[in-house]
Parts: sequence; structure tokens; C-alpha cells
Amino acid sequence: MISRPRSYVGRLVVPALSILLALLVASLLIIASGLIGPEKKINLLLPLIAYRSLLAGSFGSLKGVANMIVAATPLMLTGLAVGVGLKAGLFNIGATGQVLMGGFTAALVGVRMADASPAIAIPAALLGGIAAGAVAGFIPGFLKAYTGAHEVVTTIMLNALSQLAISGLVNDVFRAPGFSFARTAPVGNAALTGIGGTNLHLGVLFAVVCIPLSYWLLWRTTVGFEIRAVGANPTAALYAGMKPRRMMILTMSLCGAFAGLAGAIEIQRLGYYPAVFGTSIGFDGITVALLGQANPIGIMLSGLLLGAMRAGAPLMQIQARVPVEIIDVIQGVILIFLAAEIVVRRIFRLRAPSAGAGELQTITRTYGEKVTG
Amino acid sequence: MSVAQPPPPLLQMSGITKRYPGVIANNKISLDVKAGEIHALLGENGAGKTTLMNILFGLARPDEGEILLDGKPVQIADPADAISRGIGMVHQHFMLIPVLTVAENILLGAETMANAVFLDRREARRRIIELGKRFGFEIDPDAKVETLSVGWQQRVEILKALYRQARILVLDEPTAVLTPQETVEVFAVLRRLAAEGHSIIFISHKLYEVLEIADRITVIRRGEVVGTRQPTETNEDDLAALMVGREVLLAVERGTSHPAEPVLTVENLKVKSDRGQEEVRGVSFTVRAGEILGIAGVAGNGQDELVEAITGLRRSSGGTVQLAGQDITSWDVRKRREHGLGYVPGDRQKYGLVLGFPISDNLVLTQYYHRPFARGVQRADAAIEKWAQDKIKEFDIRTPSWSVPAGTLSGGNQQKVIMARELSRELKLLVLDQPTRGLDVGSIEFIHKQAVHKRDGNTGILLVSAELDEILELSDRIAVMYRGEIVALLEGRPKANKEEIGLLMATGGRAHTEGSPNDTSGPSGATPDTSIRRETA
Repeated sequence: MISRPRSYVGRLVVPALSILLALLVASLLIIASGLIGPEKKINLLLPLIAYRSLLAGSFGSLKGVANMIVAATPLMLTGLAVGVGLKAGLFNIGATGQVLMGGFTAALVGVRMADASPAIAIPAALLGGIAAGAVAGFIPGFLKAYTGAHEVVTTIMLNALSQLAISGLVNDVFRAPGFSFARTAPVGNAALTGIGGTNLHLGVLFAVVCIPLSYWLLWRTTVGFEIRAVGANPTAALYAGMKPRRMMILTMSLCGAFAGLAGAIEIQRLGYYPAVFGTSIGFDGITVALLGQANPIGIMLSGLLLGAMRAGAPLMQIQARVPVEIIDVIQGVILIFLAAEIVVRRIFRLRAPSAGAGELQTITRTYGEKVTG
Repeated sequence: MSVAQPPPPLLQMSGITKRYPGVIANNKISLDVKAGEIHALLGENGAGKTTLMNILFGLARPDEGEILLDGKPVQIADPADAISRGIGMVHQHFMLIPVLTVAENILLGAETMANAVFLDRREARRRIIELGKRFGFEIDPDAKVETLSVGWQQRVEILKALYRQARILVLDEPTAVLTPQETVEVFAVLRRLAAEGHSIIFISHKLYEVLEIADRITVIRRGEVVGTRQPTETNEDDLAALMVGREVLLAVERGTSHPAEPVLTVENLKVKSDRGQEEVRGVSFTVRAGEILGIAGVAGNGQDELVEAITGLRRSSGGTVQLAGQDITSWDVRKRREHGLGYVPGDRQKYGLVLGFPISDNLVLTQYYHRPFARGVQRADAAIEKWAQDKIKEFDIRTPSWSVPAGTLSGGNQQKVIMARELSRELKLLVLDQPTRGLDVGSIEFIHKQAVHKRDGNTGILLVSAELDEILELSDRIAVMYRGEIVALLEGRPKANKEEIGLLMATGGRAHTEGSPNDTSGPSGATPDTSIRRETA
């Protein structure tokens, strides 16, 4: 029996509907937020006002667009950090820890080279971040391949470990004197500063290169073929003479490198590493990767979408008096609907996909599975 | 009461039509089954047998047509309704709970109660024993199901249906899991049931079985009834042609083999399972270029571990494997493949294919990394596409395009993709593990032809199959595997004796061959390593 393969349009349906549903759910919250706002009354048009100012804030001006791209840059990278892993059947929840490792290392390199020429200092710090992220990804990859320890468990533990260890180091060993709070010395010439009066910076270039690079890697190279084969069917990959263990380690290292780069960019933009570096881009990467269907092009688009919301949120807060936290709500609800694909299909009476395992299955599959080869 | 009127058939299904999106699974199928009749339903995979039986058992609703029991139209709402109307189903995969006893399994869902709270176990046991006696097998109601052989488990399934007073018994490919001996025994039970007035619908695609057991045979092809035959007025060729829609060569045309130098030499090989149990216990044999060595054996006697150790998927714990004179015991999969090892795995969906990948990618799954399919690290998509189109044509893979996922193909076409990939290389040794499991006659014919063709091209072939007929059909020599050992090495066709091999498969043949060590070995020369038989047995 021949069944219909999943078309490209079909792949877009669930993400698009998830966004739509999330906006609807958020509308209810925005309406309700009117009650605790300054006016203390229900305004049914408030969601429209909010969404309009959200759009105006991100697309309304050249500066807004620049902000959107700057906000989207790390999200695309952490999106790749999760998405490329999904292609190999790995659920990298550790982007957060990898971001911190990357950012911290970039800061250390930056501080060291603070007086070097920016042409050397900036790429050196970025590369430091990439390398540190790769190491942070290598560890769970190695543990998974040779002991079967599930990457979800190990990366969550590593997240806590990196955060506490780095924060301890910044509070103590690397603390710069003369500041009211614990932070490292400035990265000086390694800092990523705005270009042409906008917030656009050199790091954007690196991120923009990563998207086509990972697309090329996954779909045009033999290594990418192996990554995808291991992800889709590890036993068949072993049968075909591939090395699933090596591919897992390689892929996790690569994912870590993407996240490390994201961390480096964020820290070099900030100019120093603060002891309390609360960033959500690691976990946001999960939403970006799933919304983008683990496809680099999709990740770019969903990264831009979430970036636009982040960039437009301040204007929304000013114009509509809707708290920026609503963006987190929208993002969270999108994730819920993506994860509950079945629910979305029920609501819109869509037929289930006929063939091909979705990336979401990766999350629940392979638990406790011993890897050979 | 009119005496002249013959009683209506016990079951009549008339004009049954069932449509699924894009397919007509059943198209105006009519089938009648008389009391006491064994009615065989014959058809290839996907012909619509299962759909028809699901309709009978209340698992699917027909779009058109009606079902009559004792001449009266009925609507079967669900399986519970079907059971209450006296229809029993024995699935190919048993629906038994291994840790419960025979009686508990039978009672489940049809509890015989002593009062509102407690089961009447004594009465249940009595009825089970009585039923068993009536149909010629004595079963211990207190035995745990997990301790029973597959053949006995099947009898528990049959008892389950009889306990629920089934008059019509549907058996879905009942012999697929049985040894030849067990098949003979189950056939005896079925005949007894029919003699007692039960009707049996026997689903199969094994022609000789159907001819042996059935009173009438209805053949279905592409959702339609293409003929009904009496066993006396037909034969295997006729049925195969009906089933497939064209002439089919059941017996592969194969000349004598011309075995040359050894391509695979296995010496005292020991292999452990994942649980650390030694499943292959010191096996030795040789496969020569240009011959097919068949390994017969009931599934689970160490064949899987043996194949995995030869192909490199599993480490051996002792002994050596040589490929064309080179010791490959410690080589990895890729190195073995590059030295001329081809492998068609037993589990084609787990090992042989990446179902979500296009056919083209699956056709290069083992060769994607070198020319012409890759240049450096870059894939050469044009070459892969061209290769895929050629292979689809050459191996007659039925697909709308090379780009559809392999998972959308039928089982036979999936196997053709694997065969195309493995056979389209210079091979010294080809390992075929269960190459036709679950396939229909047309695909089996194709795959057997390809295997013989490859043999005649001077490749050595190691054939492992739980299907004894396949072993007999193809093998130049036959090794029988029992509990991790090779208990006999015999001449293949035409000398091989099916009963003898069946017995060896079931018992290891210790009692049978003890006194006459040479009775099974062929003429010297053809079987140079017959001595191994005594060594390992």
C-alpha cells in the first residue's frame, strides 16, 4: 500500500496553527491583564493594540528590524544546538549550560585580549566560546555513547553544574575590583559593538553563516547523512557500517559549539560576564528548534519570529501597557501546542502524518537504550 | 418444515465492500462457509484477507454488503458481539498472558463464576480438560503459558475460542510460527474440529498447506474474489497463478552448483546474547564460492547471534571467522563489507532500511561515502538519483518515485530495495537472513531467483531461514542448528529429507543419529566438513 509522504506544506501546518493558537490564548491573558493594569477594566481590543505595537516595535523601523535580528541571532544558534541534535536522535536540553560555558570562556579570552586589535580579539573570544561549548556538548555525548546515560539527564545536571561553578568562579577568582556587583573585567576590544547607529554587530555574521552551513552539513554531506541515519534508525546505521557512537559524540559536540557561540555573542555584546547571568536563550532554543521542525531554514524563520517578539515587546509595554512577560507566555504556549501535536490536529481536524518519524518522537524515544558500535 | 430445502450455510458474507482512502480493500467479496467445512482464504499480502476477517470479527464496518449467520442477516458491532455469535479468532500473534496459567488465560474475559465474587476454577478446569480431550489433545490447565511451546500456545488460543462456544473459527496464518511437526499436529486438531461440525476459515499464503487441509479454497487478489477451488481440482501452480495473476515459477530453476574455494570459514565460533548467555556454542562450517549453504532451525536456536557475529554486528566470545582466507573476527562492519560481504538482514525494518529516508538514500545506505555517490565529504546527489532510477528498474521496485520514503513501500518492495543494494556489488559472501519472511509468492519467486543467480555468479551464500521449505528449495547443503550447535550437515536438494530435517530441528536428533553417524552425510567431496557434525553434536 502506498501512502502519501509528508509534503513541505504539511510540515508547516502544525507550527503555523500552534502560533495562531498561542496568540489566541495569549489574547485572553492580555484581556485579563487589563484588570490588574492601571485602568482596571476589560478592554476586548487590548490584544489587537498589543500585537500591533509588537509588530511596530520590530518591523516598524530600521532600528526595530536591527533589534529583531540581534535578538534572533542567539536564538537561531541555540535553535541549531537543539535542532541538529534532534536530527541525530538526541534531545539536547543542555544548551543553557553550553551557552554559559561558551559565554564564560569568551569572557576569559576577551579579558586577556582586551587590548589586542578588535580584528583579532573578537574572533578569538568567539572561537573560545565555540570550543568551550563543544567540550560542554562532548561530555553528555560521550556519556550517552559509552555508558547509555541519557543526554536529557546528564545535560540537565551539567546545566546546574556550569551555572554554579561559573558563578562561583566569577564571585571569587575572576571577580574584577571596583564594581558594585560580582562580574569579570571588561572584554575591551573583544566587545561586539553596534554598527552604523544600530545594535547590529559582527556576531550576527557568524550566526548567519551557521544556518546554511548546518543545512549543507545535514543534507549535502556524507557526515550529515550519517547523523540523520543514526537519528532515524541507529540499528540500521550500525548495520550499514556507520559508527553510531562516534556520530552521537560528534553531533553533541557540534550542538554544544552552536550554543557556545550563542553564549559568546551574548557576553561580548554585554562586554563582561556577570556572576548572575540569567539567560533563557538555552531553553528558548528548544522552542525554536521544534517550531522550525529541526530544519535549519525553519530554525532561522522561527528564530526571527521569537526575535521579533522580543524586540517588539518593550514598545508593546509602553503603548499597550501589557507586560513583556506575555512574550514568555506566548512562547510557552507555542511549545505546548507543538508538543501536543495531536491536540492541534484534533482542533483543526487534520489527518495525522502518514510516514516519517517526527523529531518530537526523539524526546520520548531512546530512553535507557544502550548504544552499540 | 420443508425437507427439500438444504440448510443455509453457517456463514455467508455477500457483496462485502470496504474502502479506505485511495484503496478498495474489499470489492464485492462473497464467501460462504458450511458447517463442518475447512475453508481456506488464500491471497498475497495486502490482497484484503485481513480486512475481510476484521469485518467478520467486528473490528471494521463494511461500506456495502451483508453478513448472514444461519441464513439470517446480522450486524456485528464489535469483537464481543462477534464472540457472542460464535465467531472465534486465532491471531497470528497470540493474545496470551505468559505469566498466567492456561486456565486463567482461557477464563479471561469469559469468567465462569461460582458466585458473584469468586471464579469457579474447578468447573473451568473440568471444562477445559473435557474440551481438550474431545479434540484430541490433553492440556494441563494449570501450566503457565510461558512454559508452553509455540504449538501448544496456539492450541490454548484455539481452546479459548472453543470455551466461548465458537462455531466459526478464524485462524490467521496459523502455521507461520510452527515447525513442520507442530503443523501436522495442529492440522489433526483442525480436522477433528471440523468433524464435530465447527467451521474453520484458514488464512494462509502457503499453497501446499491449503491444498492439504482445506475442503474449499477461495482466492483473493487485490480485494476481489478471483476464484474458488476444490483441492482435488487444482494444484499449486494453478493456485499461485490465481493468486498472483500470472504464471509463477514455484520451483526455482537452478542447475547444479560448482563449489570452488571456501569464502567463509567459521571455526569453533562462540557468541553470547545481550543477556550474556552463550547462544552459539562452538560452531564450525564452511561456505564455498558458488554454493548455497542453508541453516535450518527453529527460530531462537542461535541463528541470529551466529549471523550477527559473521556480519560484524556482534562480537564473538570465541573462535574465528574467515572471509576468503582472511581472519575477520575482529573487523568492524564496514571493513567486512568492503572485503566482499553482503548481508540481507532478518529484520528489514530494524536493520535493513531507514524507513523515513527516500528509496534513493536506502539504496546507497552502505555505499554513500565513496565514489560515485560522494566526492570528498559532499554527496553526489545526481549520481545517487541515477543509481536509484536504474536499480528501481532493474529490480522492479514498485514505487511512484525514487524520492518517496522507504516506509511507504510494501514489504516485498522494501525487501527488493535491500536486495538491490546488497546484490549490486562484487560479493564473495552473501548472508541472507530470513530473506522472504512475510512476503508473498511473487516476491519470494523474485528473491529466490536473484539468490540463485548470485550463486551462479560464484558468490558463496549463507542462507538462514526458519522456513524449512525455503531451505530445501535453495540449499546445496543444509546445516541444522539446534540449541546453539550445528547438529547435522546434510546434502541439499534433491536428497534432503524434509521429515528428517524437521525432526533434527525439533529435537537436535540426538536419539535419531546416535547409532548411525554417516546416514545423513552426502557423498564425500560435496560435504568436506561432515566430520564437524560429530564434533559439535
